[in-house]
Amino acid sequence: MAQYLILIYEDEAAWATAGPEGYEQAMKEHTAFGHANGAALRGGNALQPTGTATTVRREPTGSFSVTDGPFVETKEALGGYYLVEAADLDEALAVAKQVPAPFGGVEVRPVQVFD
Amino acid sequence: MLADPSVSAAVADAHRREWAFVLAATVRVTGDLGMAEECVQDAYAQALSTWGDRGVPARPGAWLTTVARRRAVDAGRRDATLRRSLPLLLDDRVDPGPQIADPEEIADDRLRLVFTCCHPALRLEAQVALTLRLLCGLTTAEVAAAFLVSEPTMAARLTRAKKKISGARIPYRVPAAGELPTRVDAVLTVVHLLFTTGHTAPVGADLIRRDLVERALDLTRMLRALLPRDADVAGLLALILLTDARSATRVGGDGRLVLLAEQDRTRWDRNAIGEGVALVREALRRRPPGRFALMAAIAAVHAEAPSWTDTDWGELVALYDLLVQLWPSPVVALNRAVAVGFAAGIDAGLHALDALAAEPQLAGYAYLPAARADLLRRLGRLSEARTAYEEALLLTQNTVERDFLTARLDKLGQAQAKPGSTHPGPAPSAPR
Repeated sequence: MAQYLILIYEDEAAWATAGPEGYEQAMKEHTAFGHANGAALRGGNALQPTGTATTVRREPTGSFSVTDGPFVETKEALGGYYLVEAADLDEALAVAKQVPAPFGGVEVRPVQVFD
Repeated sequence: MLADPSVSAAVADAHRREWAFVLAATVRVTGDLGMAEECVQDAYAQALSTWGDRGVPARPGAWLTTVARRRAVDAGRRDATLRRSLPLLLDDRVDPGPQIADPEEIADDRLRLVFTCCHPALRLEAQVALTLRLLCGLTTAEVAAAFLVSEPTMAARLTRAKKKISGARIPYRVPAAGELPTRVDAVLTVVHLLFTTGHTAPVGADLIRRDLVERALDLTRMLRALLPRDADVAGLLALILLTDARSATRVGGDGRLVLLAEQDRTRWDRNAIGEGVALVREALRRRPPGRFALMAAIAAVHAEAPSWTDTDWGELVALYDLLVQLWPSPVVALNRAVAVGFAAGIDAGLHALDALAAEPQLAGYAYLPAARADLLRRLGRLSEARTAYEEALLLTQNTVERDFLTARLDKLGQAQAKPGSTHPGPAPSAPR
């Protein structure tokens, strides 16, 4: 078995206009997803919008630059993730296809194993 | 000492026929693609000397597999780290131990290898490269030459793909029945791309890249043997046979492009057409028919028409209508428009073409202005035709196609000198 991180990328502007019904619907879908895939899920969280993000980089001089905003500005931003356990990529993709992401999509990344 | 030519020929034949079988069976022992490749390469090298001394074995594939697997076991014993460079996910790895299994019992693992090479989690160009390297056994240099990139570039592309297979755990297995149709479609897409790249090379001096066409045909025949009841596989095999049946007549003795309308139909390969037509019938029996079955049916209409003028254009438009619904590609719509130009008249064809003018996917596609140029020429709108031919010329890098378009432009120049003469003739964008 291996672990995969499913990163949820969605359009924040679309979420902002989705309204309370949109949020409620999404919560329902994520709850249903959690019930259906409980055996594979090892964790997961929603993130606050990129407006709350702070980026920290080390400068060549050794000092740090701390800036407002996400690491990379994109239309579809990282908004949440699930950590799942799966035998192989096909199994992980089968879970990924069920992740609700009405305003974007998901990226599946195998977790690095150090041995 | 130079090898006996008959032995070299037997090894070359076994390379073409058995490579995928031997590699797939060896992967089951090594659990590592890179290491399996090396062991199989060694086995072919050994065949060259051993077969010269002891004769060609009755079952070359089984002999090669046994030798390759033995090498894998030896190498694994010598250096355990070798085994772990690109570990592959096997649910049932075979450990042949000191006693190699009976050659009769070597499982046919080619389908697993096919689905691993053509996994949708890999980029399409990587799928194609892996297919040529792992299923057809081309060297990295040969794969690089096939795609006109440098050998280091191709080596990096192949390594990256194998690392993804290993790192993301793309499984080495045949997908479950529920997934099978979409996964087979992904495989056929790769093989079809290989065929079309060979059928009309996007760049270079030759219109047809025979090597790629042959590989695509071999692969499709292999898939047909492995998935004999799959209608889409039957459809693709039919399409390749029917299209390739015309290949001898597509370029004239002087190296010039010969359009479908002007090809010598008596020189078309009748055996290939017969086999293709039977396969089309089989593929069309599935409802609704798949895209390759429909494309093959279109090729069959041309293959069976006694001449260009006696072609059943109405039938072609009907088939294109079905294909556009199933596969809404602008290129299909373009071919449909050309058929409309013959079935319903030039104005109707031009109207259908103009509807595609804003299609972003056709923006760099030479066949669109070439098809327009031809219709405009037949309508006698010669200066517009000239502009369209010139536009097409800017968009193709294939020497044979460029020569054809230049010749059309020259003819147009003569026609313009004599107003009224319109040179009725075939469309340059017609299927070839």
